[in-house]
Amino acid sequence: MALDNEAKPEAMHGSTPISKAPRNQVLLALRLVAFFATAAATVVMALNKQTKTMVVATIGSTPIKATLSAKFQHTPAFVYFVIANGMASLHNLLMIVVEIWGDKFDYKGLRLVIIAILDMMTVALASGGDGAATFMAELGKNGNSHARWNKICDKFGSFCDHGSGAIISSFAGLLLLVIITAMSIGRLAKPRPATLSPV
Amino acid sequence: MAKVKLLFGLVLRLLAIGATVSAAIVMGTSRERASVFSISFEAKYSDIPSFKYFMIANAIVSVYSFLVIFLPGESLLRRLVAGLDLVVTLLLTSSISAALAVAQVGKDGNARAGWLPICGQVPKYCDHVSGALGAGFAGLVLYVMILLCSLHAVLYPLLA
Repeated sequence: MALDNEAKPEAMHGSTPISKAPRNQVLLALRLVAFFATAAATVVMALNKQTKTMVVATIGSTPIKATLSAKFQHTPAFVYFVIANGMASLHNLLMIVVEIWGDKFDYKGLRLVIIAILDMMTVALASGGDGAATFMAELGKNGNSHARWNKICDKFGSFCDHGSGAIISSFAGLLLLVIITAMSIGRLAKPRPATLSPV
Repeated sequence: MAKVKLLFGLVLRLLAIGATVSAAIVMGTSRERASVFSISFEAKYSDIPSFKYFMIANAIVSVYSFLVIFLPGESLLRRLVAGLDLVVTLLLTSSISAALAVAQVGKDGNARAGWLPICGQVPKYCDHVSGALGAGFAGLVLYVMILLCSLHAVLYPLLA
């Protein structure tokens, strides 16, 4: 039976033990949206590929064409991005499943603590992936004149567009994950007695 | 017991200040002149936006830690500090991972994109930057421990 509840544990009645924390619909909805955001980021970046045939040199009057491709695997930062977002979306899925169907899991009352710690680890992982991918994308977009690194976005426009879309979606997922983490940590606080009692 | 917890947290914060301050300073003072094909160029940390972000993030974190040290142990602001600790840990993870990504390109290059590694021409700059990244990583590990400590202190305050 689902109990509708606000996020603040102060609203819980004092007799509810921690192990039977009521289901929180807002948290569930946020987790669902974060799951979709991180899964979309993973899928879009993993399928990010662009192949282009370009004229590299001209011998006499015959142009020499070379087929160059831009794939996400060429950049370790994007590989890390895909892995981190994949793990974040798996984590969200697992947490949703545990919330809806996992009422038997308790681990001696440590269930909320484990969820909070896993949330923190996931958010750190996802934020690392976002940071690395953002700066690599900026490098690809603007190049770096001091290091003589040319920009690649003018040649591979669609690769860059898909990449930016994936990064933006991942940032949205990260923001939601931070809010979710704050809420799960808030659930750990011991319920206070009802405020009707005299000070 | 509460005093021991506070002392432990304080020691961790002091170590984290040391780590982040040294990371920021070492990154900020990294600079080397080199001449390639009679063109002299200078490698500075500010040439690469990722390193600038790393330095700024570590500077912010060290100032924040310094201010938090002076907060009394049981004040109501400790909850805000716990939340801010989470945000600051995220800042540290993203800054070090961004700096590491670009430093890896600088060290190994990216053959597919036609980006040549620059560590061959400015080896001292590369070593300097790697030192800063190491200090930043130490600061990150310390901050994860600080985060767990401060959350524990806020959620279970009367554990004596």
